[in-house]
Amino acid sequence: MTSAQGNDGAQVLTARQAGLVGCHSCGRVHPMGTPRCSRCGAALHSRMPGSLQKVWAWLFAGIVVYVPANIYPMLLTTSFGATTENTIMGGAVELMHHGSYGVALIVFVASVLIPVGKFLAIGYLALVVDPGSRLGGRLRQGQDLHRRQRLFEVVEFIGRWSMIDVFVVAILSALVQLDFAATINPGIAAVSFSLSVAFTMLAALSFDPRLIWDAEQDLH
Amino acid sequence: MNQTTSTAQAPGDRVGPGGLDPSLLIACPTCDALQLDRPVPAGARARCHRCGTILMAPREGAMTRIVMLAATALVLMVAAVFFPFLELSAGGMVRRSSLLDAVLAFSSGLLLPLTFAVAALIIVLPVLRLASILYALAPMALGWHRARHGVAAFRLAEALRPWAMAEIFIVGVAVALVKVAGLARLGIGPAFWTFAALVLVTVLNDTYMCRLTVWKTLEERRRP
Ligand SMILES: [Zn+2]
Ligand SMILES: [Zn+2]
Repeated sequence: MTSAQGNDGAQVLTARQAGLVGCHSCGRVHPMGTPRCSRCGAALHSRMPGSLQKVWAWLFAGIVVYVPANIYPMLLTTSFGATTENTIMGGAVELMHHGSYGVALIVFVASVLIPVGKFLAIGYLALVVDPGSRLGGRLRQGQDLHRRQRLFEVVEFIGRWSMIDVFVVAILSALVQLDFAATINPGIAAVSFSLSVAFTMLAALSFDPRLIWDAEQDLH
Repeated sequence: MNQTTSTAQAPGDRVGPGGLDPSLLIACPTCDALQLDRPVPAGARARCHRCGTILMAPREGAMTRIVMLAATALVLMVAAVFFPFLELSAGGMVRRSSLLDAVLAFSSGLLLPLTFAVAALIIVLPVLRLASILYALAPMALGWHRARHGVAAFRLAEALRPWAMAEIFIVGVAVALVKVAGLARLGIGPAFWTFAALVLVTVLNDTYMCRLTVWKTLEERRRP
């Protein structure tokens, strides 16, 4: 832990500066220009080609499909012949009315807070590491790099958890099929919501974390 | 935790320009910083000197443990798919649902693609990931040479990691149970507990797995 904090930067030698290329999956070092890692077989790239373009493309796709996910119903509940439609937010609000504050919070966090927070975090990281953007030059101290790294780790870890809401809909639809008394069916928003989660996961996977640390050169 | 975790700094040595033999070095996958690749004792952790990412955290007997946990998880998965998962009763009607029913919930019309997605995320991909871990690591746990496609299998397991969502599904089940609690009486079937155990085993497995050690062992056990 302690050795990681000695962040004076100047003495760090990266594989790229040394004319080498490090494997992004197993860390093995090869001479620049080697096509594949000899240890794990992954394609070697000093930096992922077109990383930021891919991040922006997936992020944009994720945001676009997130809009219908919030407009259209996620759940169709039929009780004694009457059908009610629940959107994502509507479902959370209804849970709150029933007094299930804890579960309402989980649903709200997983399907609103995490997706929106992820859009913002990925967009921020993609802007800030891009040397061509104006935000790129605003690095004040080495500690910022650790902060950006932590943000990326959080985004990477937490993104998949948004899928909870889709699974809840699947379970409810399978379980609540009590003919006349009550049936629950999935709404079309379940599809666009799952797509949104998948696209933002792909955006995070396309991001090359080494770009975060390349900004360190601007400090000197 | 224990004292060894904080003292070991094995690959943390900075590398100056000069003496750059790639086989003695390791580049941090997160920040590209070069460091000397020194052996790390079991139980210790080696962090990148620049970004602090854990590079290696080998454990005593980890290979055997990972293989046993993966085998357990596979057996649990088979049981979880076929036994009744949840049971709902209201007004004299009882509905039992298995994991497969939850998967097939989206099987109507426009939602059909979602059926495949849910099946993949909670059953197919976790099973595939466990199977490829078993295939890649079992020969090494036994001290044999690596399997013919061991490297490709472990690469697949790594690529599947974000997409195998069994543990997220189980939290989804908990949320769903609260949602229907007012509507009907609920019973939890044996498959639910199997699946919960499966999630626990998978999480344990992931904490035992030091990726870099696995890659290095795969490299060392290359067929002659
Ligand atoms: Zn590699
Ligand atoms: Zn690093």
